Amino acid sequence: MLQFLLHGLTALLLPPLLPGLIAKTKARMAGRKGPPVFQLYYDLAKLARKRAVFSRTTTWVFLAGPVGGVAAGLTASCLVPFGHTPAPVSFEGDVILFAYLFGLARFLTILSALDTGSSFEGMGAAREATFSALAEPALFLGFAALAKANASLSLGTMLAFPGSLATRFTGPLILILAGWVIVYLAENSRIPVDDPNTHLELTMIHEVMVLDHSGRPLALVLYGASLKLLVLGALILTPALPRAAHAWQNWLAFYLALGGLAVGVGLVESAMARFRMTKVPQFLVAGVLATGFAFLLLLV
Amino acid sequence: MSVELPVLRNGQHLPLREVPDLPVRDFREAILRRVQEGDRLACLCADFGLRLYAVLADDAGKALRVLRTKLDGPRYPALTPDCPQAHLFEREIAEQAGILPEGHPWLKPVRFHRPWTGAPDPWMGDGTPTPGVMDFYRVAGEEVHEVAVGPVHAGVIEPGHFRFQCHGERVFHLEIALGYQHRGLEKALLGGPHPLSLKQAETACGDSSIAHAWAYCRLLEGLADVQVPERVDLVRGVALELERIANHVGDLGALSGDVGFLPTASFCGRIRGDWLNLSAEGCGSRLGRDWLRPGGLRQDLEPARAAAMLPRLDRAWADTRDAVELLWGAASVMIRFEAAGRVDPDKAREIGLVGVAARACGLGRDVRQDHPFGPYGTRPVPVSQAESGNVHSRAWVRWLELGESSRFLSSALAALGEDDTAGRTAPLPPLAADQLCVSLTEGWRGEVLHLAWTDARGRFARYKIVDPSFHNWFGLALALRGEQVSDFPLCNKSFNLSYCGHDL
Repeated sequence: MLQFLLHGLTALLLPPLLPGLIAKTKARMAGRKGPPVFQLYYDLAKLARKRAVFSRTTTWVFLAGPVGGVAAGLTASCLVPFGHTPAPVSFEGDVILFAYLFGLARFLTILSALDTGSSFEGMGAAREATFSALAEPALFLGFAALAKANASLSLGTMLAFPGSLATRFTGPLILILAGWVIVYLAENSRIPVDDPNTHLELTMIHEVMVLDHSGRPLALVLYGASLKLLVLGALILTPALPRAAHAWQNWLAFYLALGGLAVGVGLVESAMARFRMTKVPQFLVAGVLATGFAFLLLLV
Repeated sequence: MSVELPVLRNGQHLPLREVPDLPVRDFREAILRRVQEGDRLACLCADFGLRLYAVLADDAGKALRVLRTKLDGPRYPALTPDCPQAHLFEREIAEQAGILPEGHPWLKPVRFHRPWTGAPDPWMGDGTPTPGVMDFYRVAGEEVHEVAVGPVHAGVIEPGHFRFQCHGERVFHLEIALGYQHRGLEKALLGGPHPLSLKQAETACGDSSIAHAWAYCRLLEGLADVQVPERVDLVRGVALELERIANHVGDLGALSGDVGFLPTASFCGRIRGDWLNLSAEGCGSRLGRDWLRPGGLRQDLEPARAAAMLPRLDRAWADTRDAVELLWGAASVMIRFEAAGRVDPDKAREIGLVGVAARACGLGRDVRQDHPFGPYGTRPVPVSQAESGNVHSRAWVRWLELGESSRFLSSALAALGEDDTAGRTAPLPPLAADQLCVSLTEGWRGEVLHLAWTDARGRFARYKIVDPSFHNWFGLALALRGEQVSDFPLCNKSFNLSYCGHDL
């Protein structure tokens, strides 16, 4: 019970720390002080006290994006184990629900972007739909490979590989993780796929779809994005973490690994430029190929 | 028909009556012939009495030629169909003087104001034009969509409206509508020089304060027939090169920021400040405001201060080199730079690009070399060029120029440090009456042209400013043809043109 409480609190409270860690890493790498790591908490508190401005062309659909994003993210967070502690909700086939919760969130975000009637947001929506269609196979092939390896369709079992790290870390798992890191960068609109910090509307993918949000809906959008960093992060980290005897050790390992992942994202963003948009599909297909090969390796 | 056009040097004055006054047919022919022979149409403008003036720049022969014509009525056959360089000038003439260039293929407002002469507005008749309201070029078709950006942007930048005709992510055509920042500078300068004229000239384009202020000062010195001391010229050169370096460093950082490459973006932001601070050391203003005065300088660079700036210059240059070399070493950046924004050299010549954008296409146009002014005659700065005409070339030209400018600064500051003659500024005598003068400087963006002629009392009868942005905005539109719409910000930044310099 205590485990589930900790799981819930982690999902609710921890996410805004991750963008803070990424931003701090980038600032340090650039020789700047950067904003405090808790900046997103302050921003959320500020936005929660602000009224939202709605364009006259928008309808309730416009709100479905931010609300749906957070709702789907929180639900998905109940399905995924955080490290080697079991998830609160687990059943055979929950992996499909998990994947499509993100699909639903994306669908709602795209709808709410189209609802504004702005040509930018339509353009962003088209890009998001195109690129996520290419990222999704990588996610699913990874799931298929893990399902094959662990003979289960439940996230809890699939991610919690048996055996020590050394026996686990063979070709298939490395390929799956490599593919998923690509998915992780794409799904969270990070460099080299997207640039969350740009102010240039025409280059944006995800950001342009949420340009019209303000006040509390914007707070939900920002929170939802950070939630995605956590939940998808847990997906990648769990199979890569050693299993410890005590629950507290598992939690500690998870938190440290999560921090490491955020720092890693920050390092990638500090070291390279964004891809040209025409190159993004090739990058995503590389993810599909990696997870696809992992699946093939497990079949033979 | 062959008229011998008198040759004018940069900054020289010519009695107005010696400016050849040709019939409009000969005027057109003379321009077209010379442009065909490789001259550039540096300026084309109208006065208030149905007269057109043209300035042709013969870069190879280091000569300027001025000619004019008197129209019988408010119309004449347009030059643009035969000489695309005239395109924006003729639109401007139609707008400022209500003179219609007949057969102009793209006759639209430039700055959205009513003609100065009181003639009816060529587009609105008696109505008041609104910036951005005009017929945009449209591509028809079911799968073609239109993207409109600005005039209010997501960042804090100047206002401009960009209209893309896209097929998916591919841009068929970009049309740029500016004019939101029109302040009526040229009109304000009429009857001058006023006490405010220097301020107005140097804020024609605020990031090129020195280039514009210098062009203004040389124009006045030319009209008053004053020769400034060598020392003054050298200090002005230092001011101009500091301005160039600060802006180029800022641009390279911004280009790097646009592709999301953080190291150079962050470092250059700080280093640009170091260069600006050197300008502040020189004159008290980071942007070099009010450093130059007609006839001399407001603030001389005494030997002690010049010598003290040298070590700071070396440090700033070392930092700059470290930061920018990271850029050339990053494959992910190079692939972005090389893939975007190519302007064909022939097109560049045809539309009359100037400055960095022209040199990136292999056109060695540089006023410092072609029409030397100030210290550049005796201390030439080599022309920096690249061949490909893409974003990478424009970035590379900036990088080469950083090197050349810092070498110039080292030697100039060293010379100033040893020279203890005072650079006194003598009050300028009144301007000569009925004289015309053309003054060119090479700002960091490119050629800055100031043209003026005086009336019988020695006041400005007409003052014309041509910022390099005026020539180059169309180059940006060309660079976007067939490109990805997502690469627009990168292309835009590689040109980094001025809105207010265009809008005046």
